[in-house]
Amino acid sequence: MIYHEVIVVGGGLSGLRAAIGASEKADTALLSQVYPVRSHSGAAQGGVNASLANHPESSDDSWEKHAFDTVKGSDYLADQDAVEIMTKEAPLRVYELEHWGCPFSRFEDGMIAQRPFGGAGYPRTCYCADKTGHVMLHTMYEQAVKRGVKVYNEWVVVSLVIEDGVCRGVIAMNLVTGRLEAFQAEAVIFATGGYGRVYGNSTNAVINTGSGMAAAYHAGVGLKDMEFVQFHPTTLFGTNILITEGARGEGAYLVNNKGRRFMEDYAPSLMELAPRDIVSRSITTEINEGRGFENAYVHLDLRHLGAQKIMERLPGIRDIAIDFAGVDPIEKPIPVQPGAHYSMGGIDCNADCATEVKGFFAAGECSCVSVHGANRLGGNSLLETIVFGKRAGDAALKYLESVVGRKTGAKVIESALEKTQARIKRLIEGTGDEDLSAVREEMKSVMFEDVGIFRQESRMKYAVEKIKELQERYRRGGIKYKGKKFNLDLLWNLELEGMLDVAEVIAKGALARQESRGSHSRIGLTERDDANWLKHTVAHYTPDGPEFSFKEVSITQWQPQARAY
Amino acid sequence: MADTIRLKIFRFDPETDRKPRYDVFEIPCQPGLTVLEALFYILEKVDPSIAFRYSCRGAICGSCAMYINGSYRLACGTQCSAFKGKEIVINPLPHLQVIKDLVVDMEPFFAKYQSIRPYLINHHEPLEKERLQSPEERKRLDEMIDCILCAACYSSCPSVWMDPKYKGPAALLKATRFDVDSRDEGTNERMPVLDNEDGLWRCHTIFNCVDACPKKINVTEAIQTSKRTALRKKLRLT
Repeated sequence: MIYHEVIVVGGGLSGLRAAIGASEKADTALLSQVYPVRSHSGAAQGGVNASLANHPESSDDSWEKHAFDTVKGSDYLADQDAVEIMTKEAPLRVYELEHWGCPFSRFEDGMIAQRPFGGAGYPRTCYCADKTGHVMLHTMYEQAVKRGVKVYNEWVVVSLVIEDGVCRGVIAMNLVTGRLEAFQAEAVIFATGGYGRVYGNSTNAVINTGSGMAAAYHAGVGLKDMEFVQFHPTTLFGTNILITEGARGEGAYLVNNKGRRFMEDYAPSLMELAPRDIVSRSITTEINEGRGFENAYVHLDLRHLGAQKIMERLPGIRDIAIDFAGVDPIEKPIPVQPGAHYSMGGIDCNADCATEVKGFFAAGECSCVSVHGANRLGGNSLLETIVFGKRAGDAALKYLESVVGRKTGAKVIESALEKTQARIKRLIEGTGDEDLSAVREEMKSVMFEDVGIFRQESRMKYAVEKIKELQERYRRGGIKYKGKKFNLDLLWNLELEGMLDVAEVIAKGALARQESRGSHSRIGLTERDDANWLKHTVAHYTPDGPEFSFKEVSITQWQPQARAY
Repeated sequence: MADTIRLKIFRFDPETDRKPRYDVFEIPCQPGLTVLEALFYILEKVDPSIAFRYSCRGAICGSCAMYINGSYRLACGTQCSAFKGKEIVINPLPHLQVIKDLVVDMEPFFAKYQSIRPYLINHHEPLEKERLQSPEERKRLDEMIDCILCAACYSSCPSVWMDPKYKGPAALLKATRFDVDSRDEGTNERMPVLDNEDGLWRCHTIFNCVDACPKKINVTEAIQTSKRTALRKKLRLT
């Protein structure tokens, strides 16, 4: 058994920031399924929001204005006390990254450059060309290296160990050797990212299977607001690789097959820079009503920005469009369609990242504080990682001070290790021949088609039934490769079980929520219903499926209003 | 009937196999299919024992650098159609220890990266706000900050092949990235690690790293920049 006072799971921005903080005062280790610089944080392009007021047009920007934009963007489901914390701490964390060497783009006066982004009243998105996540991730990793943070590379956490409401550690598998190991800890921080790959047409990295959420859920921790799934409006037609909102921030147009900037019909004031839920619905409506191209996509036109601006501000987008679609955006519009992008929901926690289980914390996309409510604003996800990554590390340290004694619960962890070993042995020795790749594909397809951008009651009911069928088929599947080293067959099998359970929570949560709010847009129930549904959904695992309860939304200074742009 | 493509893939588990072999797979090839997607197809439908690394599938994470038909490439950024129906031969990154199939041992690569103090060094108390940096100063970092640590350059470098202690192109690029950063004051601290025969001077400007880099970074030029800095220091010109 390996022991560390604090174990952080996940090597993206949230996890690295949490580990950097916790390692200041505690024996800390970070477990990551991939080398940390391979994490999905690096795929974030457009930027990180903070009311620095560097832009000439934003001299009177403030955290309050950032908070209001976030709350309105969330369709009033975000917890306003948490949003206030995030927006107040935003400049501190961005300056910290700058001090750590993050190569932000600069204005002429030498200050960090900021660009307009969707749903924001001011240009407050700090950026590094269109590679902001990449440079932030590398900067954060550099700082972890500087501080000598202990990293276990290519370890996959399979289960979370809880004893009588207290977290005791995790069981993890070394991908390289196949060895299972028990990790005992006083505090565990999950920063395991989103579940984007539960959906078809996803922008997400292939590793984003929601495995951390599933492990927490299986251990009895609640998942909050899982029905809220962000669809990014502009993903590359075909591969669904992200085309940053920063492209529209720099002035790109969305155009239908009539050559018209159709956002005029949906969000006449913010146009292309309306929040993502609205732009995704608008594009989908255009395509559904025959105004798309090949019934599948619309055009994102950058040509009027000119070659110089495209090369300077959006070089990564240009490479992606050329490499993956054969289109040079200097000469031709980029074919784009909405794709599954971000999990607003996640492990239920508060603004100190604490969950209902003592010693178990969550930060970043796998968590739900909630600062994004029913729809996240672009630029707020990178912000969440650095603000709540730090807060999770701090909270774990504070919790450590209150823990009496050390290394309690060894028996529970050993027994959890044995159970996990037995489970994997069963999987390896199983002779089931169900085609699990088909199960995975059918799950992705039913989630995108039937629990997607527009949601119809009958189709969501079908999705719930379909997921049940897929869960049964999963149990009839087996692992064909019995080897230990780098067994991707086993890894994908383990991930699929969690993905199906996460899909079930999303679909059932969506079916239960009898209103439209933010990204959750129901056909036939198109209005927001604050009287009955201004509340968070929390799902707990039972063998018969999720059991739902509800939580109040924290309202501090912004009473819900109609949301128009 | 969809077109098909033939992939010839290096297979080896040093613990169980006496020697490596190549397996040939013939799979359907749709337009747009990348080499990484072809590997996923093989994993799911044909041979679940195959091992390779993956993450973003969008050429930004650096997981899937391989040696494909004689070139260093990211599998995710390589279209199968680029080879016009010819067989696609996939090898792991050459000159690195094979763990299994296309998965190589990245530990020495990262250990060398870590050894050069790959972080901003500045001895002044941080300001309340950002340090100012002009767009021109910032522009000097362009390209160098695109490095995704995929190790293609490292694998391609004959000096790495010959000198196991050589830091290699990626680590030296990172050192230069900080050396030219107007905010960094760490040149003197990094120099002992760089200014020796396993550091900068082991680069013999062979330029393989430039050809290998999937991000088109001029790694060799960056190393020469740091050599000039080292030389100026030796000659007490700075």
